[in-house]
Amino acid sequence: MYVAVKGGERAIENAHRLLAHERRGDRDVPEVSLAQISEQLSLGVDRVMTEGSLYDRELASLAIKQARGDMIEAIFLVRAFRATLPRFGATEPVDTGRMQVRRRISSTFKDIPGGQILGPTFDYTHRLLDPQLAEGFAPELPATSDAPAGAMPRVTDILGRDGLIESSPRPDDDAPVGDLTREPLSFPADRDLRLQNLARADEGFLLALGYSSQRGYGRTHPFAGEIRLGEVEVEFLAEDVGFAVPLGSITLTECQMVNQFKGSATEGPCFTRGYGLAFGHCERKVMSMALVDRSLRARELGEEVLAPSQDEEFVMSHSDNVQATGFVEHLKLPHYVDFQSELGLLRKLRQEFAEAEASPPLREAAE
Amino acid sequence: MTTFAELPSGFADKVLSAQTTFRSVMDAMARPGSVHCIASASGTPPGVMRGTAAIALTLFDHDTPLWLDPRMAQAPEVEKWLKFHTSAPIVSDSSICSFALIGNAAELPALDQFSFGSNEYPDRSTTLILQVESLREGLAFELSGPGIDGTTVLQATIEPLDLFARLAINATLFPRGIDVVLVADDAVVAIPRTTRLVAEGD
Amino acid sequence: MNAPTYNFAYLDEQTKRMIRRAILKAIAIPGYQVPFASREMPMPYGWGTGGVQVTAAILGRDDVLKVIDQGSDDTTNAISIRKFFAKTAGVATTTSTTDATVIQTRHRIPEGALHAGQVLVYQVPIPEPLRFLEPRETETRRMHALGEYGLMHVKLYEDIARFGHIATAYAYPVKVNARYVMDPSPTPKFDNPKMDNCAALQLFGAGREKRIYAIPPHTSVVSLDFEDHPFTRYRFDAPCALCGAGDSYLDEIVTDDKGSRMFVCSDTDYCETRQSQGHRGSESAAPHKERAHG
Repeated sequence: MYVAVKGGERAIENAHRLLAHERRGDRDVPEVSLAQISEQLSLGVDRVMTEGSLYDRELASLAIKQARGDMIEAIFLVRAFRATLPRFGATEPVDTGRMQVRRRISSTFKDIPGGQILGPTFDYTHRLLDPQLAEGFAPELPATSDAPAGAMPRVTDILGRDGLIESSPRPDDDAPVGDLTREPLSFPADRDLRLQNLARADEGFLLALGYSSQRGYGRTHPFAGEIRLGEVEVEFLAEDVGFAVPLGSITLTECQMVNQFKGSATEGPCFTRGYGLAFGHCERKVMSMALVDRSLRARELGEEVLAPSQDEEFVMSHSDNVQATGFVEHLKLPHYVDFQSELGLLRKLRQEFAEAEASPPLREAAE
Repeated sequence: MTTFAELPSGFADKVLSAQTTFRSVMDAMARPGSVHCIASASGTPPGVMRGTAAIALTLFDHDTPLWLDPRMAQAPEVEKWLKFHTSAPIVSDSSICSFALIGNAAELPALDQFSFGSNEYPDRSTTLILQVESLREGLAFELSGPGIDGTTVLQATIEPLDLFARLAINATLFPRGIDVVLVADDAVVAIPRTTRLVAEGD
Repeated sequence: MNAPTYNFAYLDEQTKRMIRRAILKAIAIPGYQVPFASREMPMPYGWGTGGVQVTAAILGRDDVLKVIDQGSDDTTNAISIRKFFAKTAGVATTTSTTDATVIQTRHRIPEGALHAGQVLVYQVPIPEPLRFLEPRETETRRMHALGEYGLMHVKLYEDIARFGHIATAYAYPVKVNARYVMDPSPTPKFDNPKMDNCAALQLFGAGREKRIYAIPPHTSVVSLDFEDHPFTRYRFDAPCALCGAGDSYLDEIVTDDKGSRMFVCSDTDYCETRQSQGHRGSESAAPHKERAHG
């Protein structure tokens, strides 16, 4: 009996009901709150804000809850919401040099002005599952001290003072900053657009690309010049008021890679830069981003583009996990019309093949 | 000095009026030479026809640099109205504008003063919005091209008189070119770059 | 919390303006892919976000919307998209091809001729017909700029050398208005001739790839081929088992695990309309054996 795909509407409704049920899990277990997600799964929230490209902890927590912990699904939820938001303008550039630092390390100097600050890090923890945590316990309060009084200059600024690192490319203040969510991307893409793409890019994708560059697919000789985590002020220049209005502060992670030096007949040799920035605490992301940013500067620095991480069309076209997951997963949609067309062609080719096999002289004649 | 409160109004219902206006323009572009009526009403600054005003409110925003013919550019109400309702930047360099508004045919510059786009990006071209006397009576223009089943006849009173001769450049340049929207009061006709003049007469 | 509120037909007006401008350029340059700043939609990329954005930008209160996937109004994705617009735009929906003013489709062109005043919106996954021959956008853009399509002919000819036929069964490339080579979206090549000189406006939206393109009504659309290997349509050689149609594209339904199958119209509205007019197939109750060959 031919059963058409009738009843699809009810099937969808039932599937969504079942999804909501499964999301809730065992109803005897207390429901997780957004505050719990925001506070206790905070690095997940940070990733969703970064790749979702929207700084809103509460919405990111909701997205994680709604997505049942599927990060890419949560990022997608945030992006779809973000796309509907009106835009009032762009903030003033944030100054990470004035960051209220909570963590700050450099691998290029033993000590730096302002000091190395380990902060909240998994580094140097022994990765042993903790039974105490399984039961739940109140950790000791952290040790505190007064906030460092002195300035905390960026390591790259220290190198820059001696001309040891290329100066940070500084576009003209009036030059518009590209926005790939408002203007369709075209290649070659400038660094503003590349960095925006990388900031939104899938952490795993950037991690693999950065890793590949370390293993020799387009080496860039990186040093972690500095990684810093902390709060920065965000200001908005209101045209009618005429001055910058503070909007509040956000948490950022920044990575400045110091890379392979360059030099030319007209320019003294100096180190080059790779840059990574993310909302919240996303250290793996900013390091990977900085590696890939440096790799993608190959064209600009006159290096031969040979490796995937140097290929801006390849990287930028495939870095977005919302795009990637949509297209990979769309293979779940029905394709039977096209499949039927292929099947028809294949049957015809096989039939012709069989007929040719059965009558060899004909085949020779055809040849 | 005009204050914003004294400016002619925009659409009463922005969303639906923009939609119906767009559909008229889209249908016009898809069927070159056919006359489409713009039903949405808004206020109009002096020298700007109803159809032109509706198109402006529907398609212009801060991403679309505008060029105005000198007479419109000299009417402060026009610029104020456009800026207030659309936020579109008004530019004096016609070669970078997305749209050009022409109210006075005598002031239509040579077409190569506008952007034709590039062969890689032929969409980066100027769309010309040209106000004319009538799109119902006047000379008969027989047209052909995509969107037209065989040929169609447009009866119109158009200035400049040699408009179609000037537009012949579209045939040479394609895919680069200039798309034109003719407006007479609330009537619109589109002449995209693919439309060719077959014959002209009374 | 920032409680979400959405505009008529979901998209905000600024986005609609941007898409509308792209649509006008697309119509003015038939077959050319206009880049547009595609937005994240509340459905995944690859599931029709391009078509949905185009539909959202053109849809008005008086429109009657039909959505099909695989030719059918009842496939899950078609239902999902139809419900999206019924909810966000409050438009009337229909399954009737004739009654619809806007038809959004994935993978098929309706069997019945479309009429003037209708808009057919295609969902497109990969808009670039040259993409599988040349993965770089910078290169394919140059090829389109120069109208340099030799690579495509070489590919099609290699097929002939290898298989004796052009081995493209769907998304079969066409040339529009004798200028641009265009991807018709993954419709079976059976549908290609319907695009030529069609009375309706055809709009194509590729969300993930951020491109919109169009075929105005009554525009020449030619499937690429060779004099010695002319373009041919494929359809399984059987009448529809439900309505007896001998001219429609057929779905193959496997009815048991012993190789039994039946063939029915892929266009469900076409099939149901024919049945309501009294046309009968070899009937649906007893599946028949596939004929010896097609």
